[in-house]
Amino acid sequence: MQLQSMYQEIILDHYRNPHGRGLREPFEAEVHHVNPTCGDEVTLRVHLDGDTLADVSYEGMGCSISQASVSAMYELVIGKSVPEALATGEHFMTLMQSKGDAAVAEELEDELEDAVAFAGVSKYPARIKCALMSWMALKDASARALSVTHPATPSGGQA
Amino acid sequence: MTQTVSRPTGAQPAPLPLDVEAIRADFPILTRTVRDGKRLVYLDSGATSQKPRQVLDAERWFYENVNAAPHRGAHQLAEEATGAYEAARATIGAFIGAPEREIVFTRNSTEAINLVAYALSNAATAKEEQFRRYAVGQGDEIVVTEMEHHANLVPWQQLCERTGATLRWLGLTDDGRLDLSDLTTVVNERTKLVAVTQQSNILGTINPLGGIVARAREVGALVLVDGAQSVPHQPVDVAALGADFLVFSGHKMLGPTGIGVLWGRYEVLDALPPFLTGGSMIEVVRMEGSTFMPPPQRFEAGVPMTAQAIGLGAAVEYLQGLGMDRVLAHEEALTGYALAALAEIPGVTVVGPPDTVARGGAISFTVEGIHPHDVGQVLDDLGIAVRVGHHCAWPVVRRYGVPATTRATFYVHTGYDDIDALADGIRAAQKFFGTV
Repeated sequence: MQLQSMYQEIILDHYRNPHGRGLREPFEAEVHHVNPTCGDEVTLRVHLDGDTLADVSYEGMGCSISQASVSAMYELVIGKSVPEALATGEHFMTLMQSKGDAAVAEELEDELEDAVAFAGVSKYPARIKCALMSWMALKDASARALSVTHPATPSGGQA
Repeated sequence: MTQTVSRPTGAQPAPLPLDVEAIRADFPILTRTVRDGKRLVYLDSGATSQKPRQVLDAERWFYENVNAAPHRGAHQLAEEATGAYEAARATIGAFIGAPEREIVFTRNSTEAINLVAYALSNAATAKEEQFRRYAVGQGDEIVVTEMEHHANLVPWQQLCERTGATLRWLGLTDDGRLDLSDLTTVVNERTKLVAVTQQSNILGTINPLGGIVARAREVGALVLVDGAQSVPHQPVDVAALGADFLVFSGHKMLGPTGIGVLWGRYEVLDALPPFLTGGSMIEVVRMEGSTFMPPPQRFEAGVPMTAQAIGLGAAVEYLQGLGMDRVLAHEEALTGYALAALAEIPGVTVVGPPDTVARGGAISFTVEGIHPHDVGQVLDDLGIAVRVGHHCAWPVVRRYGVPATTRATFYVHTGYDDIDALADGIRAAQKFFGTV
């Protein structure tokens, strides 16, 4: 059975006991992302303190991979600045594109902590979207939250 | 807790109507293995069917011996290509009891439905009087059902948005059937077209179309039947159906991808303006404007899917060789066996009719405590290919309060051993995720 390589115990733990689940106040932005091929959904809120992610709260439904991914992401990004969190997201994207290359996972272990357990998912193209959905939602919500808290000052070039 | 039962209790199942071993020998793909040497248990024919060697040979024969653009050119190859293409049209027409001139080749069912939907809105602005008869506009209504595949829903939503018409629909009962209690109010004198599936791709339900067609006739509405999941699996005769349009896809009935069929009652097709325009479908072209060929050519712009049509002709001949009555009986036997096998597994719930009455071989189910994606992943690991998700029928899964389902679909090469593998696989998923 190859299944254990995808369903690492850490992933199943996050799935059964999700961290940070539930929608909380206050928040500056809320987004709803779906995976149209399978119906997985996540609603995600971002609360910023300056440019630090003070809270990321979420509700979702979907497969074990999508739900465990958002839980592991929560643990990784709370307290980070938005640029740091997005950089972590880029590392996660790299892991998802690694096609199961153990060297890539090893290199990213420090940055990704629990989330490095998702390396096995990268061997299954149909499931990569499940793992990435919450990170896409975070990127979207962070950009929206920043545009609320740090409105761009009109520049001369804009109409 | 031990679960060793892998067959429904009771007597050994009756022999299947089709010779599964002989049929499997015709499907080269069934000899390959998947996921580290496992036998391929293909239970996803509802998404696309596998192709027998006879179909692959027909396409190869065309490209190696005849290849040319049909209906153009005066050379021998062009003549033979035209002959082979039109012979396929005749074969496919005869399969559903229709004359050749009522068979329009499309890319698939989706395109066939879009063809009709666009023809109905193009009719409103057609400069030719003869093309305006079925024009859809403000005040008109289009009726669908809550059971439709997105392909038989979204084109009608879009038609209504383009024309100002209103979309109405028939709902579903809790046991997976059409709720016809309000048929006479939903289908009324404002209804221009009723679009309904003959067999649900997700629930497996075979719909009683007689009453719907009769009501549509009373109010003068057209009827389009989505046969994507019925024509491959049961005898369908357009005269008995009584509808105006029937659509189906070649790739779901052992044929190639890229070929589908719109059957239309000739007098209706003849009154419709074209959808796609260009070469092949014209009569006279001047810089100021053009006139169009009669059906079916009016609806076949561009060089057609010639090899695919010939491949579909070969698929139809293959099915005729088996006999569609026996294909239907085969799948009924498998469905009964599978429903019994699933009923024995605690935590498994079938979404759709619980028995084989008016029900085809598409079985959607949920497994308590395990998301369908995860069920599908465990099955895949065992070599079993199923579909997971909303099956392009999102309103259906929403209606039954589940985010998604796992779906097994059967065809002529499916045997009891495939269903035993499915049942064992579901138990393996329960064990893996610790839900039993």
